[in-house]
Amino acid sequence: MSVTIKMMQKIMRNNNEVAAENRAYFHAHGLKTINVMASPGAGKTSVILGLIELMREKLNVAVIEGDTAGSIDAEKVNAAGIPVVQINSGGRCHLDAQIIREAAEDLQAQTGLLFIENIGNLICPSTFDLGEDVKMVIASVPEGHDKPYKYLAMFEAADIIVLNKIDLKPYIDFDEEAFRTGIAAINTKKAPLFTVSCTTKSGLAELAEYLMTQNQR
Amino acid sequence: MHELSVTQNMLELVLTEADKAGAARITSIKLVIGELSSVIDESIQLYFDMLSEGTKAAGAHLHFRYIPASLSCSTCGKDFPKSGSDFTCPECGGWARLTGDAKDFYIDSIEVE
Repeated sequence: MSVTIKMMQKIMRNNNEVAAENRAYFHAHGLKTINVMASPGAGKTSVILGLIELMREKLNVAVIEGDTAGSIDAEKVNAAGIPVVQINSGGRCHLDAQIIREAAEDLQAQTGLLFIENIGNLICPSTFDLGEDVKMVIASVPEGHDKPYKYLAMFEAADIIVLNKIDLKPYIDFDEEAFRTGIAAINTKKAPLFTVSCTTKSGLAELAEYLMTQNQR
Repeated sequence: MHELSVTQNMLELVLTEADKAGAARITSIKLVIGELSSVIDESIQLYFDMLSEGTKAAGAHLHFRYIPASLSCSTCGKDFPKSGSDFTCPECGGWARLTGDAKDFYIDSIEVE
């Protein structure tokens, strides 16, 4: 005889449970964590390095590097003298809470700020909670102003949005107002938007200041 | 490609449920997939066929119900489909908000015997 069992059970539950444990672990170690998400080439590593340069005198900074291509990014961070754990992400499309737990154990965690550089992808990373405090989404001018309209879940989830490569705006058909309108509509958290350039360094100081003042809370 | 771990998770959940019910076999599994859940049904099916082999869930039929991503006007409350380049309400010109369901991915029910 056949019986139907109603389950109504979320399948991401396991990840969410581990993420909650990560969050407790990070808080116990006095770490504020920032999950940095963007498409490939938007400038995740450049923004992180630019911020580290401005912050390192004032607080401890560490990085979990999850980008998929070898250890180039981790070496850049390491060359800057910052503690870094490289996740061997292989063909992964996102980081999940379990990988972060293992990386966090490898990291000599000190009170301060921890950047987690996610895999370059605007889709799946938005659905996997890592246990971070802040989701920072980076878009860049050459990608076009339609990103918030196409990757709704990502821009809805963002706590901070960074528009990088702003120095290229004169050369590119980028409608900043459409970009801002899309974010204002979809992001009910009213995430602040920072326009920056890692080439000219414009806007990075304001972003660093914002992250550090948030850190004191 | 993250469907492998997701399917593993799903399989563990349904097998636990079947054991609790004292069932010998799972014949069907109803899944609900939101358009923004970043889960692809074909991949779930592929991994399920591989992973369920030799378990109580082997041969179970997977049913998928899809939830499209839709927007809801924050001013007048009208629901409308997402367009890809505009978040403006066709009715009143207000700003749209994403409705929550499209991010869901869950097991609705299973049939066992």
